[in-house]
Amino acid sequence: MTIDKGKPDARPRDIHEYLAEFDDIPGTRVYTAARARKGYHINQFAMSLMKAENRERFKANERAYLDEWKISEEAKQALLARDYNTLLDMGGNIYFLSKLFSSDGLPFAEAVSTMTDLTWPEYRQMMLDGGRSPEGNRSIKENLAAAARAQETGKDN
Amino acid sequence: MARITAGVGSSHVPLLGVAVDQGKSNDDYFGPIFAGYEWTRQWEKEQKPDVIILVYNDHASAFDMKIVPTFAIGCGESYKPADEGWGPRQVPDVEGHPDLAWHIAQSLILDEFDMTIINEMDVDHGLTVPLSMMFGQPEQWTAKVIPLAVNVVTYPVPSGNRCWALGEAIKRAVESFPEDLNVQIWGTGGMSHQLQGKRAGLLNRAWDNKFLDLLIGETDEARWIPHIEYLRETGSEGIEMVMWLIMRGALGDKTRMLHRHYHIPCSNTAIGHIVLEPVEQETVPA
Repeated sequence: MTIDKGKPDARPRDIHEYLAEFDDIPGTRVYTAARARKGYHINQFAMSLMKAENRERFKANERAYLDEWKISEEAKQALLARDYNTLLDMGGNIYFLSKLFSSDGLPFAEAVSTMTDLTWPEYRQMMLDGGRSPEGNRSIKENLAAAARAQETGKDN
Repeated sequence: MARITAGVGSSHVPLLGVAVDQGKSNDDYFGPIFAGYEWTRQWEKEQKPDVIILVYNDHASAFDMKIVPTFAIGCGESYKPADEGWGPRQVPDVEGHPDLAWHIAQSLILDEFDMTIINEMDVDHGLTVPLSMMFGQPEQWTAKVIPLAVNVVTYPVPSGNRCWALGEAIKRAVESFPEDLNVQIWGTGGMSHQLQGKRAGLLNRAWDNKFLDLLIGETDEARWIPHIEYLRETGSEGIEMVMWLIMRGALGDKTRMLHRHYHIPCSNTAIGHIVLEPVEQETVPA
């Protein structure tokens, strides 16, 4: 192993620390085991839409199709409303949820834009202009610290 | 003896497949992306690889949440393009190479990589888009393909170091296969992109290019990049880049760059592409 040659060992030593860091990323839900468990039936429902006959049955009566699944009423409402941020909170994963917006005939980027604060034309333009900058988007803690520093500076002035 | 003669890294954005399938690859939006692959398409015609070990991730197509293998190798005869919600891509079926695939699977397990073996599955854009980018639209794919699927969706995904080490083990496995075969290994996915939440649309040109730099030459620094750095710097889906490290690890101690391309944007994603060849180190006579 290269580790023996004195290279840094990148293995996380503590699973709790490893997972806790994920919650420090702004506007992001990392698809952890906890989310995978919570959203299992939402994701498996979405997966079922890969079959043309299921897509047809779903489109004919969305509510009746959803009622066949072990999904909470809140999640059913979020699915009917195509409220993807709420679905992410409920353990939905974007690759599974993409089966739903593909069934709707929505382009991937347009569906993604609905989770942001931008309209689809604004989002498309942001991407053409080079995408969202990582500056100020890396860490919630860093952002809070920066805001506190800015406030301090403001008081001094 | 079979040999790994080159490594290719490439994004696998589904929209690129749509562009090929709908004849849009020369328009204003896609033209600059595809132009960066022209060199490679010509080069592949000359190289005529027999087999491609194609490292990719399944996007909830062949695998759902019922079974989540960390590393899985396709040992089947052939694979059909998956229906990802809008009907399957109209591209040729992918022909496997069961003899080499089973040889690699057995060798890897003996080498302590506990692979999942797949005999039947459909393959999604993660695998067919890179084939279209490198080979265009042939009636049949000219190379056999060994799919190597990596879980980069459900955390924890494998570490960069583990991916690199798997690549090293793949190199050993290929070199112990008796038949003369020209084998390439492709790492796909990336580069920076985030497809979910309020931070969606994040791209990081500087970081992506630093990552491409680290694939060239003797450095193995990239294998030590922790997951949290990919997540913070390259978006939640940028983690796919660990798959490029399997490709890099399989090229041995040192590489030479033959071609490189970077473009922003394609849909939600930064496009990266690199062609590398292994540089055999001179062995010091005993």
